[in-house]
Amino acid sequence: MRVGVIVQKKGMTRVFTSEGGHVPVTVLDLAQCQVVAQRTDQSDGYTALQLGAGVAKVKRTSKAMRGHFAKAKVEPKRKLVEFRVAEENLIDVGAMITADHYVPGQKVDVSGISIGKGFAGAMKRHNFSGLRASHGVSISHRSHGSTGQCQDPGKVFKGKKMAGHMGSVRVTTQNLEVIKVDAERGVILVKGAVPGSKGGWVLIRDALKHALPDEAPKPGAFRLSEEAEAAASEAPSTEIEKKDDES
Amino acid sequence: MTNIIEELEQEQIADLTAEKKIPDFQPGDTLRVNVKVKEGTRERVQAFEAVCIGRSGGGLNSSFTMRKISYGEGVERVFPLYSPMIESINVLRRGDVRRAKLYYLRGRRGKSARITEKQDWRRQKDKKAAAAAASQPVAAAQGEAE
Repeated sequence: MRVGVIVQKKGMTRVFTSEGGHVPVTVLDLAQCQVVAQRTDQSDGYTALQLGAGVAKVKRTSKAMRGHFAKAKVEPKRKLVEFRVAEENLIDVGAMITADHYVPGQKVDVSGISIGKGFAGAMKRHNFSGLRASHGVSISHRSHGSTGQCQDPGKVFKGKKMAGHMGSVRVTTQNLEVIKVDAERGVILVKGAVPGSKGGWVLIRDALKHALPDEAPKPGAFRLSEEAEAAASEAPSTEIEKKDDES
Repeated sequence: MTNIIEELEQEQIADLTAEKKIPDFQPGDTLRVNVKVKEGTRERVQAFEAVCIGRSGGGLNSSFTMRKISYGEGVERVFPLYSPMIESINVLRRGDVRRAKLYYLRGRRGKSARITEKQDWRRQKDKKAAAAAASQPVAAAQGEAE
């Protein structure tokens, strides 16, 4: 399993194809997505990568978190997320993930926090059809109907679909196609809509239900900071590995 | 930081208009739109000649609506302005209208559905051409005089 990325949803637009059609796309910005920490089997009991994205003000970052970022030698991040990865796909701390981590045509799963709708009625929340407009219905045209039976069972079953809070929950949309990646600007264009509002943080992972294409870089496409690169070039064996990774 | 979406759209517009020029046109104008039609593997160009009854959207998302009477039946067609399916757009006639959306044409037929031609359009175009032609020799003459 490869590492996912944290991106910021920028909004939607369209892409005209050479065949004459056009595709609706969501623009996702990588926003300085960097590896902040590694979780390994020996120290933590599982293997994962902690990624950070966005830019946080230093004075708004707690002392404890400042220490955590300092250890990784990265700028304070707005958003921190852990991604479980296979051991061979671990990436060095400080590596900046680039957009060509994904290849066009690849399928991805995208999760975000959906837009909150507040307290919503049964029609909006569960697509109930409501009551009739006439034939003696008064005042309750948008209400749900009956919620159960009579004295036996004598209660409303748990999980009954009723009015209540809607939205603002984590939603994952599976199998969205990557249309275009722009490593220079750190932008990924994904076909279709993505949960959440503009400016919201969104996670992209390789699709669970589709095989990863062979062209996809393993363990990932990333850029090391200059110091790390210098260190890597001193040890030639690791350098070759990294070049392979980036290509 | 500039708006990344705007940037992407502007780039696409530049790409799509690199080979073809989209003329300046308004609702009321009669246009000939050459549309690429795919028939199996063969591709040919089909002309659609009609009155533009409205433009909508902005930037990359702009489109325009055309209306004509074809074999006694009203036909309306909406084209995305920057669609790669459009080979070219020619303005045949400038209409003199006072609305942005000419939906009133839908209820009309024949004589009442006519649009008068803008009177000074050709004159202005000629004038512009004449001015352009005139300015060049003048500039050259001035250059010689100096």
